[in-house]
Amino acid sequence: MATHDTRSHSLDVSAILRGQSKYDEPIEPCIKVENLNLFYGEKQALHGINMEMPKKKVTAFIGPSGCGKSTLLRCINRMNDLVDNVTIEGKILLHDDNIYDKSVNVAALRRRIGMVFQKPNPFPKSIFENVTYGLRIQGINDKRILEETVETSLRGAALWDEVKDRLNDNALGLSGGQQQRLVIARAIAIAPEVLLLDEPASALDPISTLKIEELINELKEKYTIVIVTHNMQQAARVSDYTAFMYMGDLIEIGATTQIFTKPAKKQTEDYITGRYG
Amino acid sequence: MDNSKIAHHISENFNKELEDIRNKVLTMGGLVEQQIEQSIHALTSGDIELAELVIRQDNDIDEFEMIIDAECTQIIALRQPAAFDLRLLLVVLRIINELERIGDLAERIAKVAIQLSTTNEGRTDEYHELKHMAGLVKEMLHASLDNFARMSIDGITSITGSDAAVDREYASIIRQLITQMMEDPRNITRMLDMLWTVRALERIGDHSRYICEHLIYMVKGEDVRHLSQEELEKIMSK
Repeated sequence: MATHDTRSHSLDVSAILRGQSKYDEPIEPCIKVENLNLFYGEKQALHGINMEMPKKKVTAFIGPSGCGKSTLLRCINRMNDLVDNVTIEGKILLHDDNIYDKSVNVAALRRRIGMVFQKPNPFPKSIFENVTYGLRIQGINDKRILEETVETSLRGAALWDEVKDRLNDNALGLSGGQQQRLVIARAIAIAPEVLLLDEPASALDPISTLKIEELINELKEKYTIVIVTHNMQQAARVSDYTAFMYMGDLIEIGATTQIFTKPAKKQTEDYITGRYG
Repeated sequence: MDNSKIAHHISENFNKELEDIRNKVLTMGGLVEQQIEQSIHALTSGDIELAELVIRQDNDIDEFEMIIDAECTQIIALRQPAAFDLRLLLVVLRIINELERIGDLAERIAKVAIQLSTTNEGRTDEYHELKHMAGLVKEMLHASLDNFARMSIDGITSITGSDAAVDREYASIIRQLITQMMEDPRNITRMLDMLWTVRALERIGDHSRYICEHLIYMVKGEDVRHLSQEELEKIMSK
């Protein structure tokens, strides 16, 4: 006869209540920013930024306009190289390799670090051509590979079911939300490691926004994601880690739940509760 | 009143909403304190009318609870508060729940007052200690509400610490009640009514302590429920 110890209940309470917290896993940094200073001409826009962005997690940058969050995001795939009169000091390490090293091939770097902007910017071509564009410029023209990539990328961007019957239609005929997901499909078609999202949903309606947020949640299974957003609730919903920036300084970075319930710095508290400092 | 913790939102309306909720909680708290006061007075003086008033007034407290609850829900839905604002609203929801329970306990004392007034034979000897215990728990509740008004937790451990004094008082009165029951079994019905009253006061002390714990969460963001006084003091000294 089976005996039960009646002095304790058989439920594993600890496992039920606590489960596996996403913060329990060891953090493996994907991107490390070390002592990063950035100047637009004389004006310093980033002041000695030090931070890590964990692998296959979503890190959100929040802060008021002009705080440097987009500037910092653009540093991660060297988009600021394209801006005149910019000086950058310090390092950004992608898996321990400094992306600002002289030997780095910027085009190859941007294949590893994809970027999506605020306004959807599909090419005035067919849906199919948009997704395969990156592969074609790499010289891949095998029809089977292209078709496969289109399907997996569009599925990955949660757009496949909506466009599978009209892949040859012009991408500009899609709605704003669909265009943004198409751009994400185009970015993931070349299998990057990191996705940088600069206000990816701010030009979209609430339902399209939710679809993008849901997509971000799925994409982090495969990619390290860094997102800049003005919408604090969006940062709270989609990110694992949140960094608060103010006037070019990184004020605080921490687990998103901590930042939104118990921020360590008063400046963070004032910002997320909508107070003036 | 110190408004610095709830003021300074860019939205002036949000400041007003939070201030309004804070004031309602304090009004509700004042009513509950008065209910304890009146129920004990009704009991010790045999004033049935006052006891009936306490029973009627409990409806006001229930209404306060529901209205404040609805207002908090509305703010959470419409403003998505974070950090201190979020903790404040969560804590208000918990505090009004504690206050409502205290209100029910005062109502119970009032019912005992009505019960006892029919059998009371002018025995006021046990009321002396009862009044003293009531004074202790009233002071605990008052001090915790005062901390809520100031949004502060300075000296809060001395309030939670007095819960031990309340418990000692409780144990001492219980011992006396048992002795009196053994002396004369005809006392038992009365003594059981007294027991309910003492028990209610002891619970009011507990609820006041819980309010202090909620306040610590509100101010420091630390969940200190289910800790011993020593553990709590350790966290507070950090």
